[in-house]
Parts: sequence; C-alpha cells; structure tokens
Amino acid sequence: MAITESSRPRQRLWATQARFSPYLFVAPFVLLFACFMVYPLLRSLFLSVHKSAGPDELEYIGAGNFAFLIRDRMFWWAVLNTLTFAFLFLAIQIPCSLLLAVILNNPRVRFKNAFRFAFFSTHLVGSVFVAVMFNILLGGRTGVVNQALARIRGWVVGTPLEFLAPGAEPIGFLTDPNWTMPAILVAALYLSVGYGMVYFLAALQAVDRELYEAADVDGASRIQKFWHVTIPGIKPVLVFLTLIGMIGSLQLFELPYVLFGGSGPNSRALTIVMYLFGNGFEQGNLGYASAVGWALVVLVAALSIIQLRLRRVTAG
Amino acid sequence: MRSVAVHFLLAICAAVALLPLLWLVSAAFKTTADLTAYIFFPWDDLRRLTTDNFSRLFSQQPFATWVINSLFLSSIHTILVVTLSSLGGFALAKYRFAGKRPLMLVMLGTMMLPGQVLLPSSYELMETLGWIDSFFAIIVPGAVSVFGMFLFMQAMQTVPDELVQAARVDGCSELRIWWEVALPIVRPMVGAYTLMAFLGSWNSFLWPQIVLQDERKYTLPIGLANMVASPEYQSDYGVLMAGTLLAVSPVVLLFFVMQRDFISGLASGAVKG
Repeated sequence: MAITESSRPRQRLWATQARFSPYLFVAPFVLLFACFMVYPLLRSLFLSVHKSAGPDELEYIGAGNFAFLIRDRMFWWAVLNTLTFAFLFLAIQIPCSLLLAVILNNPRVRFKNAFRFAFFSTHLVGSVFVAVMFNILLGGRTGVVNQALARIRGWVVGTPLEFLAPGAEPIGFLTDPNWTMPAILVAALYLSVGYGMVYFLAALQAVDRELYEAADVDGASRIQKFWHVTIPGIKPVLVFLTLIGMIGSLQLFELPYVLFGGSGPNSRALTIVMYLFGNGFEQGNLGYASAVGWALVVLVAALSIIQLRLRRVTAG
Repeated sequence: MRSVAVHFLLAICAAVALLPLLWLVSAAFKTTADLTAYIFFPWDDLRRLTTDNFSRLFSQQPFATWVINSLFLSSIHTILVVTLSSLGGFALAKYRFAGKRPLMLVMLGTMMLPGQVLLPSSYELMETLGWIDSFFAIIVPGAVSVFGMFLFMQAMQTVPDELVQAARVDGCSELRIWWEVALPIVRPMVGAYTLMAFLGSWNSFLWPQIVLQDERKYTLPIGLANMVASPEYQSDYGVLMAGTLLAVSPVVLLFFVMQRDFISGLASGAVKG
C-alpha cells in the first residue's frame, strides 16, 4: 500500500517531465531567437523608414530612405563592385576547385590526405588574417610580391626569356585602382579554392562507380564521361557551392576592409556591407543603414531565385 | 610519366597554398633589417632569426589580453551554441509539440537572410541593454544558430525511435536520453560542428568590431586589423606577422587534430543536402 501511495505523485512528476521536456529543450533557443533575431528583424524594418542621427533621434520619413537609395550613386557603385566581385569570384573559384578535386580523385595520386590538408589549410586562416597577410605581401614599395618580381626580373633579363620579365616599376597592388579588384580576388580565392575542393572531392567519391563502368562499355571518351556522368553526379554540390559562394560574395566585407584599410583607391573596394557599415556606424545613420541592409536582402533573394530557376531549366 | 606530371602539378598548387604561410612564419622570426633583405628565411645564417618580434608584440600591444579574450569568447560561444543547438535539434527531430511547425517556418524564413541587415537594429538593442563594449553583446546573441538547429535536427533523425523508447522504459529522463543516447550517436556531427563554431567565432570580425570599443576588450582579429591600419607596422611588419602567426596557429593545430571528423562532417552535410 505504502509503495503505491508514494509512487503516484512521483509517476505524475515523471509524466510531467516527459510532456514538458520538448518545450524546455527548445525554450532557450526560442527565447534568444525571438529577442536577438526576430525582434531586430522587425525593428530594422521600422528603422528603415526613419531617419536617425544618434540613438534617440528618430524621424519618420516614410519611403524617404529608399527613394534616396535609388538615386544614391555611391550605393550603386557599391552594388556594381560587389556584383563584379561575385561574378569573377565564382567564375574562377568553381572551375579551379573542381579541377583540383578531379586531379586529387585520381586513384593513382599518392599522399592524398597531405595534399587535401595543404589545400584546405588556407581556409582555416580566416579572412581577417588573410587580409592582414596580403596587405603586407602586396603592399607598399617593400611589398614582398614586388620584391619577388624584381628578383625574377634580375634572373631573367639578359637571357632568351627576357620577354617574360616583369616591369621594372613596382606594381601598386593596393594603390592603383586597376589592381584593386584583382587584389581582392587573389585573397578571396586563396581563402576558398581549397574549401570548395573538399566539397567537390567528397561528391566525386560518392558518384556511383557502375555508371563509369557502363559508360566504358558504351565506349565513352574521358571528356564525355566527365560531362555525362561526373557533372550530373556532383550537381547537388555544384549548386550548393555556387549558391553559398554567391551569397557569401554579396556579403563581402572584412577582406577588402582590412586589405585596403577602408574602401580602397577611388572607392574601388567599396562593397554593399561596407557601405552599410559606413553609414550606420561611422556616420551614425542607423535608418539609412537599415535601408541598405534591406536592399541587400532583396538582392540576395532575387539572385538566389534566379539561380534556382536556372537550375530547374537546365535540369528539365 | 603521366602520374609524375600530375604529382608535379599538385605539388605546385600545394606550394601556392603553403608559401604565404611559410613566408608568414619566416617574417615573424626575422629582424627588421632582414625583412627586406630576404624574401623567406636568411638561409646563409639561420642564427639571425630572432624571437624579438614576439617580445615586442607583447610589450607594445595588449596582445596577451586579446589572446585571452579570443579564447574565452570562442570557447563560451562554442559550448553554448553546440549545447543549445543539439538540445533544440533533438526536440525538433524526436518530439511532437505544439508550435513546432510555425517555429520551423520562421526559422527557415530567417535562414537565407543576410545577417548584416540586423546590424543597425541589433546595435540599437545593445545600446538599450547597456551591452555596448561588453562581452554580453557577443556571447548572448551568438548563442542561437538556426543553421546549427537544422544541422542537429537532421543528424538526430538518425537516432532510432526504438532506442529512445527503450531508454524511456528503463526510466531514463528525457534530458538523460538526449545526453546518453542521442548525443553519442551523433558524435561526428558534434565534433564537426564544435570545430565550425569555434572557427567562426575565432575569425569573426564585423560584429565585435562594432560593439567592442575599449582596446583591452578587443579580440585577435580586431586587434590585428587595427595594427595593420597603423603606419608604424607597415614597414616594421615583423611584429604584425608574429601576431598573425600566433592568431592562426591554434586553429590550424586544432584542425590538424580533428581533421577526419571535420571533413567527413562538412562533406556529409553537403552531399545529403
């Protein structure tokens, strides 16, 4: 008797913990998510229709920020820079990563893990540290790349290979506006080619061997096999890398910001996020910065949708 | 013959990846005079290498404080985000509860959103809370990750229901089921996500740059980005490179130890997704 008496409330307690635990498990997440994502998201919509100078001075201006944005040449300049970067970055990164992965996937290649680690290690360095490094490698008169180019020139001049010699003048990688985009691209590719390769390599290893054997039976050439077996086999990863590469490129900030210490010569390194940062946190107009942020949201959404549509078209 | 050519090509690519890192190491240990005299190490007299840059780094800048700040913030972030995401992901994968669908829809909606749109309003919120120049501004909002929730939800779906039920019959509390049944099964994901979270926090720049103002609160990326912007270190960059080397090595070492977990976790997410 005594046992059932004491076990009944305990049973009830047990049933209660079973019933409420899923709520308790998601509660911390939901609480923080509501406070630090959902609320700021709604608040940024509110801010984007206000003009602000300092924390407590908000003035409702309706669509004023967006009307100004449409005519803001500096904003469109940032958009142009960012889109140019995104396009060039993807056009180089995807083929390079894929090529490296295909080479590394060859069964006769030895030291596979060592090579994979070498290629991937650049991704671990992190964009700020890569930017700090490339700032010194590319920068100034004493820049290491210019130093190396001068040395190569020293070796080559006076030999039949002289036509390969780099110019005598040091290149202003960080001061010449024409070199701004190449400098950012080199640093960005240094960070991400190996990273893309790891994904492609995993995808290549998952392609069904039997498909290649069937293609061999049909007498397919190496290139035919690549287009008709490999590419369809790794398509999900290809789409994934293009999509996250594009979204990441549109959010480009710290790499050029640290590399050039700001927006670079003639603002050639000005990106959308850098423009948001400058307006919001250097000039203190959180309203306009929010409007720039929503323009970025629209751009990312539009390009993602276009890309997914294209994929459906090519798949069909 | 062909395989020699392939290995040669791979070796060149590996050199392109590793030479800047080798240069980083050499620059950190060279004297100011040798920085311009040699591109890499002074091979003819290696006794000229010095640890002077490191001692100057620690005396000229509050570098030790930055290291401690970075270690502290990244560790706290990793522990919190892995715990909350695995707990929440477990609930989403293994329970039916009221409000689950709307919650997941809202989460999905924010998933593709570029986070920078939240910067101005989050900054305002931090001002209201009085968290400007406080580590709370980094720790508390950083503890939620929609990406982490979905990652763990996907992983937890592989935990067999029979096992959960059996543990329940044996008198396991739900919290213990998470800790002793589910987590061990998704161990590879825990490893991969731990590393990803640590790496992300260690390298994060924009938000800390906005909310941290006192030099003694800086993390390594902010401290080094400020150093590179000062003309003093542009010519005398050995000190700067010593700092960069110290900032980069823990992550590379950590990755070296956990590399198998990490690459398999990274790849499995993509191939399945």
